[in-house]
Amino acid sequence: MSAAGAPGAVGVPGGPAPVDDGVYRIHWVPGTDRLLAVCFCGEKREFEDPVELWDWLLAHPEHGA
Amino acid sequence: MTTTPFVRDQWYVAAYGYEVGRELFSRTVCGEPVLLWRTEAGEVTGMSDRCVHRRFPLSQKPSHLVGDQVVCGYHGFTYGADGACVNVPGQRRIPRTARLTSYPVVEQDSFVWVWIGDRELADEKLIPRAPWLDQPGYTTVSGMEPLAARHGLLVDNLLDLSHETYLHGGYIGTPEVAETPITTEVDEQAGIVRVSRHMEDAVCPPFYAESTGITGRITRWQDIEYHAPCLYLLHSRIAPVGTPPPDADGGDPDAFHVEVVYAITPETENSTHDFWAVARDFALGDEKVSGFLHDNNRTVVLQDVVALDVLEKAVAAERDGYQELSINIDTGGLAARRILKRLAEEAAR
Ligand code: FES
Ligand SMILES: [Fe+2]
Ligand SMILES: [Zn+2]
Repeated sequence: MSAAGAPGAVGVPGGPAPVDDGVYRIHWVPGTDRLLAVCFCGEKREFEDPVELWDWLLAHPEHGA
Repeated sequence: MTTTPFVRDQWYVAAYGYEVGRELFSRTVCGEPVLLWRTEAGEVTGMSDRCVHRRFPLSQKPSHLVGDQVVCGYHGFTYGADGACVNVPGQRRIPRTARLTSYPVVEQDSFVWVWIGDRELADEKLIPRAPWLDQPGYTTVSGMEPLAARHGLLVDNLLDLSHETYLHGGYIGTPEVAETPITTEVDEQAGIVRVSRHMEDAVCPPFYAESTGITGRITRWQDIEYHAPCLYLLHSRIAPVGTPPPDADGGDPDAFHVEVVYAITPETENSTHDFWAVARDFALGDEKVSGFLHDNNRTVVLQDVVALDVLEKAVAAERDGYQELSINIDTGGLAARRILKRLAEEAAR
């Protein structure tokens, strides 16, 4: 698998742009308690709670827009 | 708490190939008792473990095999390898409906996979692979422990390895496991969840110290790949700190690799077959290392079994909609639960 979470991972600042491969990626923001959710559509947002994160990832209004 | 319905239209591991031979063998998968045996040609065959006559379990003595036919030990109904009844006592006419349900079976990667749902949908190409278990260059130890808990609890358990620090301290747990952030990737469509934890500088737990001979600190990578609903892979990479990372073409000669494989097969709504296997690419054929890894891994699996058996009792007594609290470490487990729920909903339609 890809070395997810490593610097240069998909969707992480400095890493390649998200690809439309149907894969949701969630990175633990280094040095924090926050999670960065990256949708394959390109949308991303930070969360402190994985339940809220999944609610958003699966139903964000911008998806596919 | 109510459990989710079985997802029947999926491949499940029913047994290891080495468990099935010329003795009648039975294992219940998703509530269906499955009779497994090998034909004289060596093919594994799977059919209902209940005689159509009075439901006597065909795996029970004095039921027995004669060549490639099963003779029921109660009144002698006799069945071929395809499940069709070929002989009934006292009369010539064999009722048209005298046929055991037979199940598609595939032997692959040391497992016997069975499909108990709609056989039209049983595509062999859907079976996820665990090639290391049966591949030159690896030595494997394995086992199966009965779990008195719903399979979802084992999925939760395996997708969040931070519990190693607490439940398996002194075996595979060290402080770094719970302390190191994870990355999660979810392919909803394929039903695959990946959770990675890369510890760059960690204590080497006894499980790896004794098997690899490493004495100092290690780089320890845990890359989980869960193929819902049944197969769980943990790619574990262990190397002394300072070892170069794998090269671009995947070569990684200075690291030790352990492929930990679980097959999570629902037996009943509240019990699970917990198949576990550990394949390594070092100390090949070394009996001492094999014995150590077998005993240690089994101990670890049994620590989970004890905990999950208790947890099953606790959640079974809860009302529906009881509260839980999820934190960052649960990101992958939540995704796995959702995929299992979707599969169950699709199955219920
Ligand atoms: S129950 Fe099997 S022959 Fe009667
Ligand atoms: Fe465990
Ligand atoms: Zn999106």
